[in-house]
Amino acid sequence: MQDILQSLGLAFNLMWRLDPNLVAIATLSLKVSGGAVLLAAVLALPFGAWLALARFPGRDAVIAVLNGMMGLPPVVVGLLVYLLLSRAGPLGPLGLLFTPAAMSIAQAILIFPIIAALARQVIEDAWDEYREQLLSLNATRWQCAEALLWDMRFSLSTSVLAGFGRAVAEVGAVMIVGGNIDGVTRVMTTAIALETSKGDLPLALALGLVLIFLVVCINFAAQAVKSYARRRHG
Amino acid sequence: MTSILPLSVRDLGFTIAGHEVIQGVSLDLAAGSRTVVLGPNGAGKSVLLRLLHGLLQPTGGTLRWAAADARRHQAMVFQRPVMLRRSALANIRFALDVAGAKGETDARARLALDRVGLGPLAERPARVLSGGEQQRLALARAWALQPQVLFLDEPTASLDPAATRAVEDVIVAMHQAGATIVMTTHDIGQARRLATDLLFLHQGRLIEATPAEAFFAQPRSAEAAAFIRGELLW
Repeated sequence: MQDILQSLGLAFNLMWRLDPNLVAIATLSLKVSGGAVLLAAVLALPFGAWLALARFPGRDAVIAVLNGMMGLPPVVVGLLVYLLLSRAGPLGPLGLLFTPAAMSIAQAILIFPIIAALARQVIEDAWDEYREQLLSLNATRWQCAEALLWDMRFSLSTSVLAGFGRAVAEVGAVMIVGGNIDGVTRVMTTAIALETSKGDLPLALALGLVLIFLVVCINFAAQAVKSYARRRHG
Repeated sequence: MTSILPLSVRDLGFTIAGHEVIQGVSLDLAAGSRTVVLGPNGAGKSVLLRLLHGLLQPTGGTLRWAAADARRHQAMVFQRPVMLRRSALANIRFALDVAGAKGETDARARLALDRVGLGPLAERPARVLSGGEQQRLALARAWALQPQVLFLDEPTASLDPAATRAVEDVIVAMHQAGATIVMTTHDIGQARRLATDLLFLHQGRLIEATPAEAFFAQPRSAEAAAFIRGELLW
């Protein structure tokens, strides 16, 4: 107990002083996961909207697989991306392995199903309400999808933030494809894992607290966006 | 511009899950009328309107407009208006954009808002408008499209008398501006106020198709006579 309290005290001290090491690691985490969310959202939102409006044989199976992939194990995704990006892999010549870009790609793959599946659900529910009106206006499928994506923007921002929360908190994928290189690919989760095994509990705890703080902030932001939207737009 | 009217409907049927919702409906719709589809709940009024507008595909019979590409010259207003989460003005602009209107869409949208008395509310988010205002906005959206035929499905069913009055005024104004009106209602008073021609529907069949005056003075069918007397029909 004494150890924990002492470590907590040091952790708060690190945060209070804005310890450069701590700040650098947290900043890289945000950059990597921010990039991952951007990449994933750009692909997953249109895909989710398309899946919501499309009717084709096997659609139910696609939805089931997509929903199932929301729980992809990060280490497996890390392994697959590792194989793709390693020297001998098909994307080896890009030289991305052990770079922040590789970490963003791995996280993007991890959260693509989350954003796409949630978006599909949101858009499909909305489609029930909007379908006749939009079809009456002679909107094409693509125009419908576009209009629904924009109309559901506040609900969808929650799905995107859910993706961000998952990305920033996962450790397995970034550990494998990033390599946890000090100052280059060390992010909060991999640093916590390393510092804990080294016994540097204050830094690990400080990073852990920052991580929790971030995730809570994200949820507050999601809540705020929603209630603002409800008041402003009905 | 070539007229899409008259519309010729022969032996129209719509069956869903073994239930004949519409059967053997034949009618001719001439330009310039205000046709009211009257009948008790469940008579198939809304389904008939959707068949005419093309939102539903008939399972039997034929439906022939006088000109090709007739859909572009129709608009429909639903019982519950569906508004996009953007301003009142932007909702109309969206409809114009989807219809491929070129140039002065902003001016056209504003003109339509002014005509229904919503000019001052142009920048308001559409979804926070009152029910009556939203229905007038739906009418403005339809009006901006300058349809030759305007379909209205129970447009005042969930409105109070003042809002109903405002909506009816807009319908009359659109008719005077040249649109042919086809609307459903189960409100006899509204049919008396608005109809030039009457289609009386009962259990999916067209019982009477006559000028409104004749219908109310001397209904030919026992069902219509009972309905006018205010008896319950099923």
